[in-house]
Amino acid sequence: MTEAAENASEKKGRVLPVTDLSLVVLVGASGSGKSTFARRHFKPTEVISSDFCRGLVSDDENDQSATRDAFDVLHYIAGKRLAAGRRTVVDATSVQQDARRQLIDLAKQYDVLPIAIVLDVPEEVCAERNAARTDRADMPRRVIQRHIRELRRSVRHLEREGFRKVHVLRGVEDIENATVVTEKRFNDLTHLTGPFDIVGDIHGCASELESLLGKLGYTDGVHPEGRTAVFVGDLVDRGPDSPGVLRRVMSMVGSGNALCVPGNHENKYGRYLKGRKVQHTHGLAETIEQMERESEEFKQEVRAFVDGLVSHYVLDGGRLVVCHAGLPEKYHGRTSGRVRSHALYGDTTGETDEFGLPVRYPWAEDYRGRAAVVYGHTPVPEATWLNNTICLDTGAVFGGKLTALRWPERELVDVPAEQVWYEPAKPLRTEAPGGHDGRPLDLNDVHGRRIVETRHSGRVSVREENAAAALEVMSRFAVDPRLLPYLPPTMAPTATSHVDGYLEHPVEAFAQYAADGVARVVCEEKHMGSRAVALVCRDAETARKQFGVDGPTGSLYTRTGRPFFDDESVTEEILGRVRTAVTDAGLWAELDADWLLLDAELMPWSLKASGLLRSQYAAVGAASGAVFPGALAALEGAAARGVDVTDLLGRQRERASNAAAFTEAYRRYCWTTDGLDGVRLAPFQILAVQGRSLAALPHDEQLALLDRLVEHDGSGLLQTTRRLYVDTGDPESVQAGVDWWLEMTGRGGEGMVVKPVGALVRSPEGRLVQPGIKCRGREYLRIIYGPEYTRPDNLTRLRSRFLNHKRSLAIREYALGLEALDRRAEGEPLWRVHEAVFGVLALESEPVDPRL
Amino acid sequence: MFLTITTTGTPERPATDLGFLLHKHPEKAQAFSTSYGKAHVLYPEADDRRCTAALLLEVDAVALVRKGKGKGRGGAPDAALAQYVNDRPYAASSLLAVALSAVFSSAMKGVCNARPERAAQPLPLRIEVPALPARGGPELVRNLFEPLGWTVTVEPVALDAEFPEWGDSRYVRLVLESEALTLAEALRHLYVLLPVLDDAKHYWVASDEVDKLLRAGEGWLPEHPEQKLITSRYLARRWSLTREAMERLELVRLAEADDSEVEDIDNAVEAETEAEEKPTPLAVQRRDAIIAALGASGAARVLDLGCGQGQLVQALLRDPRFTEIVGIDVSIRALTIASRRLKLDRMGERQASRVKLFQGSLAYTDNRLKGYDAAVLSEVIEHLDLPRLPALEYAVFGSARPRTVLVTTPNVEYNVRWESLPAGHVRHGDHRFEWTREEFRTWAQAVAERHGYGVEFVPVGLDDPEVGPPTQMAIFEMGTAVQKTVNEKEAKAA
Repeated sequence: MTEAAENASEKKGRVLPVTDLSLVVLVGASGSGKSTFARRHFKPTEVISSDFCRGLVSDDENDQSATRDAFDVLHYIAGKRLAAGRRTVVDATSVQQDARRQLIDLAKQYDVLPIAIVLDVPEEVCAERNAARTDRADMPRRVIQRHIRELRRSVRHLEREGFRKVHVLRGVEDIENATVVTEKRFNDLTHLTGPFDIVGDIHGCASELESLLGKLGYTDGVHPEGRTAVFVGDLVDRGPDSPGVLRRVMSMVGSGNALCVPGNHENKYGRYLKGRKVQHTHGLAETIEQMERESEEFKQEVRAFVDGLVSHYVLDGGRLVVCHAGLPEKYHGRTSGRVRSHALYGDTTGETDEFGLPVRYPWAEDYRGRAAVVYGHTPVPEATWLNNTICLDTGAVFGGKLTALRWPERELVDVPAEQVWYEPAKPLRTEAPGGHDGRPLDLNDVHGRRIVETRHSGRVSVREENAAAALEVMSRFAVDPRLLPYLPPTMAPTATSHVDGYLEHPVEAFAQYAADGVARVVCEEKHMGSRAVALVCRDAETARKQFGVDGPTGSLYTRTGRPFFDDESVTEEILGRVRTAVTDAGLWAELDADWLLLDAELMPWSLKASGLLRSQYAAVGAASGAVFPGALAALEGAAARGVDVTDLLGRQRERASNAAAFTEAYRRYCWTTDGLDGVRLAPFQILAVQGRSLAALPHDEQLALLDRLVEHDGSGLLQTTRRLYVDTGDPESVQAGVDWWLEMTGRGGEGMVVKPVGALVRSPEGRLVQPGIKCRGREYLRIIYGPEYTRPDNLTRLRSRFLNHKRSLAIREYALGLEALDRRAEGEPLWRVHEAVFGVLALESEPVDPRL
Repeated sequence: MFLTITTTGTPERPATDLGFLLHKHPEKAQAFSTSYGKAHVLYPEADDRRCTAALLLEVDAVALVRKGKGKGRGGAPDAALAQYVNDRPYAASSLLAVALSAVFSSAMKGVCNARPERAAQPLPLRIEVPALPARGGPELVRNLFEPLGWTVTVEPVALDAEFPEWGDSRYVRLVLESEALTLAEALRHLYVLLPVLDDAKHYWVASDEVDKLLRAGEGWLPEHPEQKLITSRYLARRWSLTREAMERLELVRLAEADDSEVEDIDNAVEAETEAEEKPTPLAVQRRDAIIAALGASGAARVLDLGCGQGQLVQALLRDPRFTEIVGIDVSIRALTIASRRLKLDRMGERQASRVKLFQGSLAYTDNRLKGYDAAVLSEVIEHLDLPRLPALEYAVFGSARPRTVLVTTPNVEYNVRWESLPAGHVRHGDHRFEWTREEFRTWAQAVAERHGYGVEFVPVGLDDPEVGPPTQMAIFEMGTAVQKTVNEKEAKAA
């Protein structure tokens, strides 16, 4: 009990229970002390007063002509608060029924309890108080009289009007001494953390229930590890022993070993027990008949039990919602007739199918909530997760099985039905309810400005214009989102070098990691190809089961999610070769997975970039090749005539040789391929396998796995990634790294990527460290910065480049990529994975110096 | 970037007079600063019989990129990689034209105080441009220079000798020869036609470009057979400016005919900002067929899914039967053009309330699309990769579920009737597939069955007895198939 409550009980004041999520309507005449009462018992932000709203719209809190607009504003604010799940107190006279009705409608609209607190104060007191206030001093006495008259007339009807709690305080003293106590909603069991065993629809299958409870580890309704069973309802009807099921469940609930939410069948039986007229269909007749043999006392107990069931429960800190027929997020923890009816019966489209049964609205497909919703009601052959919801009704009574879900383990446990106890009206079908993974994602999952919560780097925001650009690419060019579980982040280059003649040099990269507290790094050869991500499934069946696609065995896509090859059979051929290598290397078993996701480089570059190569690079080569012979001849001619062109001639010769070096540089990226002959794939990281992300697996272990993969490739497709380990604190080791790079780039290599061996690493301050830093070769950079970038005056100017935005972008994209992998690993719904992947693509459209 | 100008002469009319005409001394190498680098003029040969002036522009590629940039975040937010690796330092582009006009400005005007009589006379000229970017190829080069009195030699430059399969580059080696032109005329030809052939202007086209073009084109451009191409390319294909220049060129001719100043008659130009491109007859037929089918379905609230530049939306707006028209496209650029086409920002409130344009994607379900009478997918599905088609199917037929859906797509069988289309080619570069009538029907009937629609097929355009119509249209109506089955059952029962 709070201190205030204790004080109040000492004074023997009234204690007013007020539900934590409710719309509290204060009812009282002008001057009855509503504002003072609200101030004393509620948070200032919980209270909205009509006077305040009048002031907002008209600059005058007492301007009665602004009343209509003021209440529009009041209702609007209250609606926003209630939608957000916040208790709201309305401080207006509310003495007229019409005013209260609007508020009750509002409470219904947001599925919260309306609560009335009436302050019944004598007219003299009200008048006296108003007289003391300058702004109300001239309020006519008859206004207060009318208020009080209306209040007294309405008090008796408040419950009938729809208020679920009514507290009437009479007189000043009563009001002074009253205390408000916040009550939790019945459905709010967030403090219970289980662990739980959630059991699907039983329908009188008492024997199967006993078997399942036994399999779950319960002995006589008690679990030795203190687990709690949660029943999703539909305990009765159709099956052979509904009383047996009731007896078991009621005793477990009674002893605190179980929770139970009502199903539509209990609900109907409850109405029957209360003497209402109900049709004895859908198996109710069986229950009635079985219960005839039970004692009157048991029937009374059942009646009380069914009567006391709460529509749904929010459990485990809000992470779990259990109800009978599924519940959209906006109804979680809400309290209204509509919520109850939804929890019991679900939503229907209004149509009926060919069996005459109502067509259920596929609410789970729209579900985007963070809480897992576990429910039953609609029999399905297999319990499967869809958008963080799962239906546990596996048709035990129809000869299917009785299924339970262990929470938080998310493991399914089931026992088969002993026989078909009841013929189903229609066959169980996989597609109900909404098991179609083939259905597209919703635009709301990606469109507009977004903020993506990431585990590793907090909130990452995506701007609207970037999302719009990403939407176009994703929709028009990318592979199926189901086969696009990841996009690679951009990578920052090393800090600009001041070594003579170099724009990038490894020394700075090693120094940067040393400064970030990374002692050991791996230098990986930068392959001269295009970035490629390969999703490789063991077989088409795995692809179907794990990714919901019929046909392909994986995907091979570029850094913007476009398929590498227009021809699907080429993709399949490459996936097939990788798959064979994985099999021969024994990695399926070793990684305990049926699919893996590879980050790789596909070569040659000319395979994908031939258009760019021809239109940009080769064109520059062609133009320079055509112009210099004539220009040099002209200069030499002038020089021969004694005109002084020495400097100019020297410069032009240098330019000609730079241009030739440029041509050499791009030519290294081109080789002719014939079909897949000449195509190489160099994997450098296994990003994820079935069930887990490997993004944090150290690179030495990664490379060891990949080496075996390459070794076992008999097709000549896979290529190894050369590497060198460097100790950033050891000058000799650093020098060895520099020499390695110089040697490799001297032979025309593209450069290298320096990565922390630990892969996913944080700095001592807790920041994510760059997952890789690229050091590009001096010659390679010609095709980035132009043929003449090495001229000293050009280098001087180019050195003032700005890396911060690129670095920040690299980290944000990295965090999103990791997030996509983690979400996939944790079995989160496709839309959650896609949200992060889409984020990477959107960020790629941010403006940043493209040469970095 | 580099070009040479050569003339020949006799001791009486020495070739070295070229130095006077160009205002550049043949015995010196002179340098001039221009905004994109240093221009050099020098003479590899200079005697009475033969004199060659060379113009060499040392382009500062780094400065070129940095010009006008540097706004935050590492500069160059709108830069594409292409700009850094750039042919500008080598090819005879618009930059060379700028240098030409800066270094030889007097010569271009035909001013020569030392040899005024020679400046006004034609002289033997040979101009060589070793690396000329020529979009349109050698043929266009000839079409541009030959009408002006030049003898043209043009040789293509290979893209890369090591990769002969890549073919020719967009550069040519150009030699122009004439004895009938003055030096000033020659320079003005180059000044206009180098950027025209380059077709990629390096700086923003400002409105004074129009005046520059008119000045340099005086005396030859109005009569040039490629005048329209020259004008539009010179002005970097900015429509509004092109229109302005076109109108003014027409007015120039009228003014010339009238022996009066052009300003006297050109003073009331209200430039049209947008020119409606001429729609092909098939596009019109398609639009008419769609509107007819929509009308027959009784639809009032219509979605145009994949509205592109808004031609159909515009047509629907003219028909009061359609009370709400929503155009959806995934391309912001298309929507921008559509919005401009419809003049949405200037539309009256009542009309504007009938039309909405927004970005959307049929690869995703979209609640905003629910509850409409009809949806049109005109020439849309073929722009999707086949594996993504089921997503579109669900987004439209499963989620949005309008009562009527119209789908049009090319009939690939008809392609043999397009004379301009090479065999086996699709009609548009972005078409991921084109279907036969049979393929389209099979798809449409399966879709209809899965989602509770009935479907009928209507030919659009001439229905060829052998290969069918150029465009095929499917009209889906919700529930008609179900109705039919019921009727059949009733019929059977009876």
